[in-house]
Amino acid sequence: MTIPADLKYTKSHEWVRLEADGNVTVGITHHAQELLGDMVFVENPVLGRKLTQGEECAVVESVKAASDVYAPIAGEVVAANAEVESAPESINQDAYAAWMFKLKPDSAAALGGLLDAAAYQALVDSEAH
Amino acid sequence: MLKQTPLNAAHRAAGAKMVDFGGWDMPLHYGSQLEEHHKVRNDSGMFDVSHMQVVDLAGAGSRDFLKQLMANNADKLTLPGKALYSCMLNEQGGVIDDLIIYFMREDWFRIVVNAGTAEKDLAWMEVQRAKLAPTLTLTPRRDLAMIAVQGPNARARLWAAMPGSQDISENLKPFQAVEMGTMFIARTGYTGEDGFEVMVPAKAAPFLWQALLEQGVAPIGLGARDTLRLEAGMNLYGQDMDETVSPLESGLSWTVDLTSPRNFIGKQALTSQPVTRQLTGLLLLDKGVLRSHQKIVTAHGEGEITSGGFAPTLNQSIALARLPVAVAAGDMVQVEIRGKLLNAQVVRYPFVRNGKRLVA
Repeated sequence: MTIPADLKYTKSHEWVRLEADGNVTVGITHHAQELLGDMVFVENPVLGRKLTQGEECAVVESVKAASDVYAPIAGEVVAANAEVESAPESINQDAYAAWMFKLKPDSAAALGGLLDAAAYQALVDSEAH
Repeated sequence: MLKQTPLNAAHRAAGAKMVDFGGWDMPLHYGSQLEEHHKVRNDSGMFDVSHMQVVDLAGAGSRDFLKQLMANNADKLTLPGKALYSCMLNEQGGVIDDLIIYFMREDWFRIVVNAGTAEKDLAWMEVQRAKLAPTLTLTPRRDLAMIAVQGPNARARLWAAMPGSQDISENLKPFQAVEMGTMFIARTGYTGEDGFEVMVPAKAAPFLWQALLEQGVAPIGLGARDTLRLEAGMNLYGQDMDETVSPLESGLSWTVDLTSPRNFIGKQALTSQPVTRQLTGLLLLDKGVLRSHQKIVTAHGEGEITSGGFAPTLNQSIALARLPVAVAAGDMVQVEIRGKLLNAQVVRYPFVRNGKRLVA
């Protein structure tokens, strides 16, 4: 599966999309769901919660294990995807469509510090060895 | 260097995700653990369990030796081919391993032990043999592979894959085995479904695997093996019991024979220790997933989950937990997950048997 070029990524395997309204949408990558296996539970952060960059803010659980999801940048939680909570397997089906939550960034500039698709591809490749 | 079973190449050819399982290179899943789980409950699947250790005990007086070595009573084995599930205990009453003993002849019993404990089991058995029954022999059968074929259609699929096997195994009752040339067919398993565990010479294993594939039997990884056994309420050594706990506090009282006058290793300790804990089933009522080592809060004190996970057949999370003995089925308890207390109910297990949900 190719890594979408229009998204940003973290070293902890979240993907981030900057929306037209200035908010960012967050999910976990295809590579992350592949490592975790069949998803059975998603817990999103509550609306209004203020997150610092790198803070544990959500949990995905597969048949195998629980895994924390980290805030890719600092910001306030403005939306959480209830559909992915009721159908965790949607992450396995299409990780880049099954978004988890949206943040209103404290600073739009923070996105610049994230990985682009090429850098994330290199990270995935390095983990394969 | 990881150990490989004779089916290693077959797993890789089937696209398995391989993992280090106690020093063995084994398949975790072949794509989707959930699909594999359902395949076994609804149709048929096969597991490479060649990492488990087959040990043959031979010689006159084998039965008497087993009666001293094992917590269950080998005298229950009256018909040739009959199998017995038992714990092997240390002097303190802790569980060295849980295993199956097949009675083939008075001078031949076959024992199957767990992979992760095989070396210490063999060492322990050898010490006891030298002390109690020096004329007997213990032979680890590293020349054998084992394939478990499980599910409502498993027996029919094996019969189709293995010419001649139907006549010889059709009348086997659960927990009974028969030899077929160099093979050994047992109506046993670790899923709560009907099926067979088949031991074959290592060189023949890939051919049997291929023949079963051609009959539509799906390869199943260790991931689904764990969720299937958990739903079936079957203990896993190292999680639900080990050398530090009594079988009487591990849901295994039914396998410990304390009524016959015979003495066995660990009996003295078991009869002198108070039983303060029990193994129970748990159903998570809130959303989330129960995992081993999570803390349980009850009205009678704290306990701990020994095995937990998502039960695909129930679409709900379940667990086995070691709780104070005063806790009863039906009681509501709380589970601490990431700092929060979630609601769970104590239930009798198994949770699933022969494809059917058994808990309310």
